[in-house]
Amino acid sequence: MPIVISKNKREAGLLNAVREISGVDVARCLQCKKCTNGCPVATLVKVPPSEIIRRLLLNEDDSTVNSDLVWMCASCETCFSRCPMQIDMAAIMDALRIISIKRNTAKQKGNVPLFNKWFLKTVKVFGRTYDLGMIAAYKVGTSNYFQDADKFPMMLRKRKIALFPSFKADKKYVTRIFKKKN
Amino acid sequence: MKYAYYPGCSAESTARDQYMSIREVSKILDIELIEPKGWTCCGSTPAHQTDKILSLALPAANLLMAKKMELDMVVFCAACYNRMKVANYEIQKYPDIRKEVADSLGEEYDGSVNVHHFVEVLIKNVGVKKLQEAFTHSLDGLKVANYYGCLLVRPKEATNFDDPENPTIMDSLITIMGGESIDWPHKVECCGGGFALTRTDVVIELSNSILGMAKAAGAECMAVACPMCQVNLDLRQSDINKVKHSSHNIPIVYITQLVGLCLGIAPEKLGMDKCVVSPRSIIEAIKSNY
Ligand code: SF4
Ligand code: SF4
Repeated sequence: MPIVISKNKREAGLLNAVREISGVDVARCLQCKKCTNGCPVATLVKVPPSEIIRRLLLNEDDSTVNSDLVWMCASCETCFSRCPMQIDMAAIMDALRIISIKRNTAKQKGNVPLFNKWFLKTVKVFGRTYDLGMIAAYKVGTSNYFQDADKFPMMLRKRKIALFPSFKADKKYVTRIFKKKN
Repeated sequence: MKYAYYPGCSAESTARDQYMSIREVSKILDIELIEPKGWTCCGSTPAHQTDKILSLALPAANLLMAKKMELDMVVFCAACYNRMKVANYEIQKYPDIRKEVADSLGEEYDGSVNVHHFVEVLIKNVGVKKLQEAFTHSLDGLKVANYYGCLLVRPKEATNFDDPENPTIMDSLITIMGGESIDWPHKVECCGGGFALTRTDVVIELSNSILGMAKAAGAECMAVACPMCQVNLDLRQSDINKVKHSSHNIPIVYITQLVGLCLGIAPEKLGMDKCVVSPRSIIEAIKSNY
C-alpha cells in the first residue's frame, strides 16, 4: 500500500527526536522488510516496523507516534537481530514510546504506560517488584477488575504470587537512581 | 564453584518453583550460590521502555554488588539476564553512558562482571562428564521442545548466549539427561510475556502459535529457561483453549526441574506442584538408571 502523507502533516522534529533518544541512524534502512517479516505482531498491527521507518523518513507527524505498533511491540528484538543494516528497531520503538509519553498522546488498548508506571513505582518504593500491588493499581486505573479474577485464588494457593511485598532489598542505589532520573 | 546469584523479583512470587529447583540442583552439584545482600529489581521491560539510563543503572546496581563480592554473576530469569548483559555491553562500549550510569548510581561501574545463565554454568562449568556422573535418573526418551524465547538470544551483540536463530545449549542438556530434544521452528519466537496483563489478546495469539507448533512437532512437554515464558505458556493455556477452541494440554516446566528429577530430587522439592498444567506425565516418564 502506498504511504500518503499530506503536507500539513509533516514534521522534521520527530525524526530528530527519535535519532537523539535512540542514537539510531534510520536513513540507512533499505526497506528490505526483514524486520516486518520476523516481527511477531506484524500481522496484528496496521503499521509494521519497516513502515514506521519509512514514515519517519517521510517526516510524518504525530500519527507515527500514535501507530498501534508503538504499544504493541513486544520488545522481542527480532527486527534488530535480522536487520542487514543493523538498525536497532527495538531502540526506535523505545524512543517512540518515550516521545509518546512526553507528548501525552492518546492511550491505546491495554494502557501499557500505566502498567509500566506502576511497575516502576513498586520498584522505587520496595526496591523490588510487588506483583499484587502493581496489578491492583493497574486494574483500578483501567477499571478492569474481572480479567483473571478466577486465577488469583489458585495462584495464591500455589504460592505462585506473593501476598506481601519483599522488604529485603537494600534501596541505597535504587533511591538515588530514581532521584537522578527526575 | 562459587557465584553471586541474582534470583530476580519473580523468584519471590510467580517463579518460586524456578528458585526452588535451582537451589536444590546447586546443592547436589556443589555450586555455591550467594545472593548479593539486598539485591534490587533489574527494571525489566518497563524500565527500558521508559528511560535508557534508568534501564542500565538498575541492573548495574546489582552488578556493582557482585563486583564488590569479586564473583561472577549467575542469573536464570531471561529478562534479568538480558538487562545485565545489555548494561555491561553499553557501559563498556560507550564512555558517555558509563559516565551517566556512574552519576545515577553515585559510584563508578566498569561493566566488567561476567554474567552467566544457570544453564551455561551447568553445561560449560559443571561440564558434561560431571553431570553424567551425577544423574541417577533419565528422561528415558521423553520428547522435549526446548523453548528459548527472545531475551536469552537477542540481541546477540550483547547477550552472546548461543546462535540467535537456532540455539542448542538446552537441547544438549536434555540429550545428556536421556531425553529427546525435538527439532522445531519456534525455539526463539516471542510468547508476548511482557504483555501478560496488558494485552492478553496479543499473548493468546503468540502463545497459541508456539504451543500449536510444539504439539505438531510431537513434543510431550516444553522446557523453558525464563519465568515469564513459563507463567505465560502454562497459566494461559486454558484461556487460549477458550478463545481458540484448541485443546492444548502440554506441561511447561523449567529445565532446572528436569535436571532436578534426573538428580533424583523429589518433585515437590522442585516446586512441580505449582505447575498449572499437570506435569504428572513427565514425573511418570522418569526412569532410574540403576
Ligand atoms: S530489516 Fe533493517 S533495512 Fe530492512 S526494512 Fe527493516 S530496518 Fe530497514
Ligand atoms: S521488537 Fe517490536 S517491532 Fe521488533 S520484531 Fe519485536 S515486536 Fe516487532
